[in-house]
Amino acid sequence: MDMNQYLSMFIDESNDHLQSLNENMLELEKAPDDIGIVQIIFRSAHTLKGMAATMGFEDLSSLTHQMENVLDLVRNEKLKMQDYIFDTLFKSLDALQMMVQDIMNGGDGKADVQSIVTSLQAIVRGEIPGGADSAASSQAAPAAKTASTGIQLDEFQYSVLEQSITEGHKVLYIEVAIREDCQLKAARAYLVFDLLERYGEVVKSHPSVQEIEQEKFERSFSLYYITQKDAAELQSMIVNLSEIESAQVMPLDHETLNQLSSGVQEAAAAGTAEAPATAAAAAPSDVKPEAPQTAAKAEAKTGARANGGAAPSRTIRVDIERLDVLMNLLSELLIDRSRLEQLAHEIKRSDLTETVEHMSRVGSDLQNIVLKLRMVPIDTVFSRFPRMVRDVAKSLDKKIDLVILGAETELDRTVIDEIGDPLVHLLRNAVDHGIEPTAQRIAAGKPETGTVQLRAFHSGNHVFIEIEDDGGGIDRDKILNKALKNGIVTQSEAATMSDEQVYMLLFAAGFSTAEVISDISGRGVGLDVVRSKIESLSGVVSVTSTLGKGTKFSVQLPLTLSIISAMLIKVGSEKYAIPLSSIVETGIIQRNQIRSVHGYTMVPYRDAHIPLMSLANLFEVADFDENAEEETEIVVIRKGERLAALTIEDFIGQSEIVIKNLGKYLPQVQGVAGATILGDGQVALIVDPNAFIK
Amino acid sequence: MGEELKVIVFKLGEEEYGIEVDKVQTIERMMPITRVPKTYSFVKGVINLRGVVIPVIDLRGRFGLPETEYTDQTRIIIVAVNEMEVGFIVDSANDVMDLNSDVIDSPPDVVGGIKAKYLHGVARISEERLLVMLNLSEVLNRSEIIQLESLED
Repeated sequence: MDMNQYLSMFIDESNDHLQSLNENMLELEKAPDDIGIVQIIFRSAHTLKGMAATMGFEDLSSLTHQMENVLDLVRNEKLKMQDYIFDTLFKSLDALQMMVQDIMNGGDGKADVQSIVTSLQAIVRGEIPGGADSAASSQAAPAAKTASTGIQLDEFQYSVLEQSITEGHKVLYIEVAIREDCQLKAARAYLVFDLLERYGEVVKSHPSVQEIEQEKFERSFSLYYITQKDAAELQSMIVNLSEIESAQVMPLDHETLNQLSSGVQEAAAAGTAEAPATAAAAAPSDVKPEAPQTAAKAEAKTGARANGGAAPSRTIRVDIERLDVLMNLLSELLIDRSRLEQLAHEIKRSDLTETVEHMSRVGSDLQNIVLKLRMVPIDTVFSRFPRMVRDVAKSLDKKIDLVILGAETELDRTVIDEIGDPLVHLLRNAVDHGIEPTAQRIAAGKPETGTVQLRAFHSGNHVFIEIEDDGGGIDRDKILNKALKNGIVTQSEAATMSDEQVYMLLFAAGFSTAEVISDISGRGVGLDVVRSKIESLSGVVSVTSTLGKGTKFSVQLPLTLSIISAMLIKVGSEKYAIPLSSIVETGIIQRNQIRSVHGYTMVPYRDAHIPLMSLANLFEVADFDENAEEETEIVVIRKGERLAALTIEDFIGQSEIVIKNLGKYLPQVQGVAGATILGDGQVALIVDPNAFIK
Repeated sequence: MGEELKVIVFKLGEEEYGIEVDKVQTIERMMPITRVPKTYSFVKGVINLRGVVIPVIDLRGRFGLPETEYTDQTRIIIVAVNEMEVGFIVDSANDVMDLNSDVIDSPPDVVGGIKAKYLHGVARISEERLLVMLNLSEVLNRSEIIQLESLED
C-alpha cells in the first residue's frame, strides 16, 4: 500500500498527540495522583504507537511502547509518578518529537534512543534512582503484566459492544475451560458456540473461531457475547454441556469493557482520524461509536446515537498551500470586482448595476469566509510554551508559573507561522533574566514562585501579545553602562534618553544584560533578531518595566496580511489607500482653525489639539498644495492612544483592497505599507499612518 | 566555439545593450506608473503587470545618463534576477539576436569607474556595431546603490 498519502495525516496527528502528551504531562506534574490524566496520556501514547507501527516507523512505535509500559503501571496504581519518571517521560517525548520532525523532513524517523529505552525499562522493573517506592513497584510490575489479559477488539467490535451496552443489552465476557481429558476439544467448543449463538451473538473470540475449529487452542477460550439472557443462567447452561470444566461469565458495563479491551478506544480514535483522544477519554462512559463503518449498524438499531455523547468531528484539515492559492484567486477576483463596479457605474444600466452589486455582496461574503478559514487560534503557538518554560525554569532551578490568557485569540495563519520564534525568545528572556533566583525573590519579600503572564488579545485590526513577568525589572543604569561600554550610545545621548528609549537598547544588535552567559540565553541570538522578525511582520515591539516589580514586553501585530478595508483618497493626481483600521474619523477643517503650537501645526479635535500633517508634504506630491485651499479635508488617524490629522485633497471612497508588496527591489519606504491595484488597474500606495505618529 | 546565447537588444541613446533572453520576462509598452515617494531618483515608481506590482527604474537614470521624455518607442523590459522582478525603462527594444559567447570581450579598460561594474562584457557584432552586455545582478545591486547615493549627497 502506498503510505505516502497517509504520511501528512500521520504527521499532523502525531504532532497533535505529542502536543496533548506534553500538555497532559504538565498537568500531571501538578497533580501526580490524578489517574484520569494518566489514562489520557496512556491513550494518546497508545494511539501514537499504533499509528507509528502502521506507518512502519518502528523506532517510534517501540519507544512509545516502552512509555506505555511505564504509564500502564501508573494507571493501575502499581507505580507512583515522581520526578525521575517525569523527566524520563519528558525526555522520551522530546525524542519522539525529533523523530516526527525527521519524518516531516523526509527522514525515516530513526533515532538512537537506547538510553531512554533503558531508563524506561528500568522504571518498569522498579529501578528508580533515589526512588522510595522502588521496592513496591518492582513486585507490582510482573503482576501487572499477567493481570492485563483480555481480548484485543478492533474498533468496530468495540463500538458494537459499546452500543449494545448503551442500548441495554447484556454484554458478557465469557471464559470457558474444557476438561483436560477431553478427546474432541473442537467439538466441545463447537457445542458451546452453538449454544451461545442460539441466545445471542458472539462478537469476538480468542482464539478465533477458525483456530478453535482446527483445535488450535489449549484448554480454554474466551469470547465477548451479546445477549438478553442472564449471566448466571448462561453459565449453568454452558457448564451443563459435557466435558466442560468451568465457565466464567462476567457481565460488562462501559468501564469494565474499556478496561478489558484496553487500548481499543485509541485505535478507534486513530481510525476516525479526527476524534480527539482527550475528548474520548474525558467521558469514557458515553463514548459513541465514531468509526464510520459502525454508523449504519448503529442507526439500524436505534436512534440512540442522536442523543448526546461525543459528536463526530466536523472539521477537516486543509493544506495551507491550498488556502494560499484560494486567497490569491480571491484577490484577483476582488480586483476584477472593483473594476466591474467602476464599469457598471460608467455604463449606468440598471440590470448590469444590479448584477454587479449582487456579485459584490457574494464577493464580500466569500472574502469573509476565506479570511476566517485562514484564522488560527494563537493557542497553536502558545501551547508549546508551558513545556518550554517548565524545562527552562527547571534548568535554572527557578519556580515559575506560566499563566496563559487569550489563547483563543485568532490570527492569520501567515502571522501564526512566524510569531513562534520571537515569542520563544521573549519568554526565555522573561524566565532567564526577568524572574530572579528563588533566594533573591524571598529576600525581596516576593512569593517564591515567579509568575510569567502570556496574554493575547484583539484591539482594532491588531493583535497584541504581551509577556509580563513579576521579576526584578530592568535596571536602567546597568543597560546604559553596558551600551556605553559597547559603544552603542554616546555619553551625551545617554544623558537625554527616556526610560523607554533605554529599554529599547535591549533590542540593539549584540546586546545582552546577562552577567553570565547562560545555557539559555547564550545562543548568539539576541533580542535584535526578535525585533527584526516582528518588524518584518509589520509588527511593533515595546518594553515597559518597573525596577523590582517586573517587565512587560508588548508585541503588536496586524490581524491579517492580505486583505483590508481602506479609504481611498486623492492628493493631486495621486491616489492613496489609508487602512480603515487606523482611521478615527474624516472631516473638513477651515484654514483659520490651524494653530501653531511650539513649532508644530495643530488642529482642534474634540477637546484637544492634535498634530496636523500634510500628506502632500510627507510624500512630496508635486501637484497639490493645500495652502491654497480655504477648507481642507482631513483624516484623523490613530496609533494606539495617540491621534493625528492628515490633510488630503479629496476622498474617493471606501473599498476592500488587496495588499501587495512593492517588490523585493524597493527598500522600505517610510509611511508606505504596500501597494494595491485599483479598479482601473492603476497601482495605489497604501499609507502606513503609524509611521507618521511618533 | 563558445556557447550560443540569445539576447534582447535595446537602446539607450546611441548605445546598444544586450540582456540574456532567459532573464527577460516580457517587454511592455509604456504604461501608467505610480510614483513611490522617498526612493532613489531613478526609481520611477511601480506598475501593475497583470496583477503583480513591479517597481520600474529608468535605466538612463541608473547609469547616470540624462533622462529623456518617454516616446512611442519607449519600452519597459521586465527582468527577473535573484527573485527580484524589476522593470527597466529603455529608449527602445526591438531586436533579438543570437550571439556566440566567443565574441564577448571583457569590458575594455577605457570604461572606468562605477559604470564598469554594470558591464558583463562587450560583444562585437560587426566592425561598427558593438553590443554592451549588462551584468544584471550588479545593475540591481542595492547595497552598491546606497553607496552611490551617499557619494552624490
